Amino acid sequence: MAAADTILRAENIGVRFETSEGPVFAVDDLTLDVRQGEFLSIIGPSGCGKSTLFNVIGGLLGGYQGRVTVAGETIAGPHKAIGMVFQEESTFPWRTVIDNVAFPLELAGMTKQKRAERAQHFIKLVGLDGFDNRYPGELSGGMRQRVSLARTLASEPKILLMDEPFAALDEQTRLLLGDKVLQIQQQLRQTMLLITHNITEAVQMSDRILVMTYRPGRAKRLVEINLPRPRSSEIVGSEAFGRYVAEIWNDLREEASRGMRDEEEHALHHHSGGAP
Amino acid sequence: MSGSAIARSNAAPKLLGFVSVLLFFAVIEAVIRAGWLNRYIVPPPSEILGSFYRIIAEEHVLRRFLFTTAECFAAGVMITVFGVGLGVLLQRYELLRRACETWVAALAAAPVVLAYPLFMVIFGRNAVTIVMIAFVAALPAVILKTIEGIAGTRRVLLNVGKSFNLTPAQQFWKIQFPAALPVIFTGLRLGLIFALINVVGVEFLINYGGLGQLIEDLAERYDLAGTYAAIFFVILVSVLFFMALERIERWLRPVD
Repeated sequence: MAAADTILRAENIGVRFETSEGPVFAVDDLTLDVRQGEFLSIIGPSGCGKSTLFNVIGGLLGGYQGRVTVAGETIAGPHKAIGMVFQEESTFPWRTVIDNVAFPLELAGMTKQKRAERAQHFIKLVGLDGFDNRYPGELSGGMRQRVSLARTLASEPKILLMDEPFAALDEQTRLLLGDKVLQIQQQLRQTMLLITHNITEAVQMSDRILVMTYRPGRAKRLVEINLPRPRSSEIVGSEAFGRYVAEIWNDLREEASRGMRDEEEHALHHHSGGAP
Repeated sequence: MSGSAIARSNAAPKLLGFVSVLLFFAVIEAVIRAGWLNRYIVPPPSEILGSFYRIIAEEHVLRRFLFTTAECFAAGVMITVFGVGLGVLLQRYELLRRACETWVAALAAAPVVLAYPLFMVIFGRNAVTIVMIAFVAALPAVILKTIEGIAGTRRVLLNVGKSFNLTPAQQFWKIQFPAALPVIFTGLRLGLIFALINVVGVEFLINYGGLGQLIEDLAERYDLAGTYAAIFFVILVSVLFFMALERIERWLRPVD
């Protein structure tokens, strides 16, 4: 049963893909509650169906078992309450920073002046003021990801869903951007759901972390992170932080090595040309 | 200004290009004057330069230049409207694309210009024939590049559109089309090259209209210096279109 402050619920989610080597269960019977205003991370080894789950919750993937509800309402397809930030670079290269961020406002039919004001607010929020009229091609990877973040925030989603948004960035930029996201989350009291394979990132940001198993992706354990807020990347050095990281790595190691073995076997069969 | 400062400046490539061309002509001139090249096959550049006044004053090359430019412009507008339009249509309807793409690709390689008698029967010996042949010859490149550009839109950009709940029309106009523009412009550039070649070629073949006809006239009279000077104006048409196209592209997509 969902708690009273649950804003998003994914219930008994199952996703099966047909491949040439038979069906693969990407996600199996996974249930997840996201509470209003919390930062929840989903962590798991590669191939555990994290991104599949992201697509299910974001409404980009159909044909799954179970259901996704937002504030009690079952959703099918993309929903305006859910804003998505993607792993790959997803800014529109033909639009300036401000026009990128104003994109959802333009769709909502806002007047030009009003949406410029709103867009500027979100550009400032992600710390890109002064870059309004630049094109993404003129910015660094980290800055472009912040443009994507601002664009999604501008649509004022109830839940911000992020799929490894900083995976392509270097570790230092990633930590600093993590700070930025935390700051924004605290400022807006934004509910955030982060998909990641990075333990440090997950512990740095989250109130709770869901650890997933390797294929089929199931919920292995839900870890509450009782670190003080407001947080910043400085917390990375603390003893409590280290304990959480170790604890989660303990859970993950088994899954990750299972994944690795599986991949090795797969590669072996393919190279020897034999049947699985 | 020091040597390295000149190399870094914006004017350097243009200057180098200009000097290279001058140098090339100087070498040709020297080779002809030395008698290593027959001046009745390749006229010396100085003679070509001297013939400019003649072809401007006596052969009305400027009027012909405008005529050829207008024909190219007409063909250019047509390949943009129909080429991009058909490309979009084929991209949108899978069955249609799979049915037609091979034929369009085959047409791209076909020497359409050889069908000029057919066009003359249909349209007469006039500018319409010239524009239509150029149009048909240039169309496939634009269609194929439009299909390629739209199909090549990055998946994540389409997902961004979906996540914002765009309608199919919005998805196309706000994401796929602008994302495809650089590739579409490559198609238009190719198309304009084909169009210009065909315009001048057909003018030459049917002895009608602008620069192509003039080149044919001058060559018939064995006025080689004049012929080369007229070819210079053909190049000018091409340069003009390329510059215009680049302007339009920069205006539509300022930075990539």
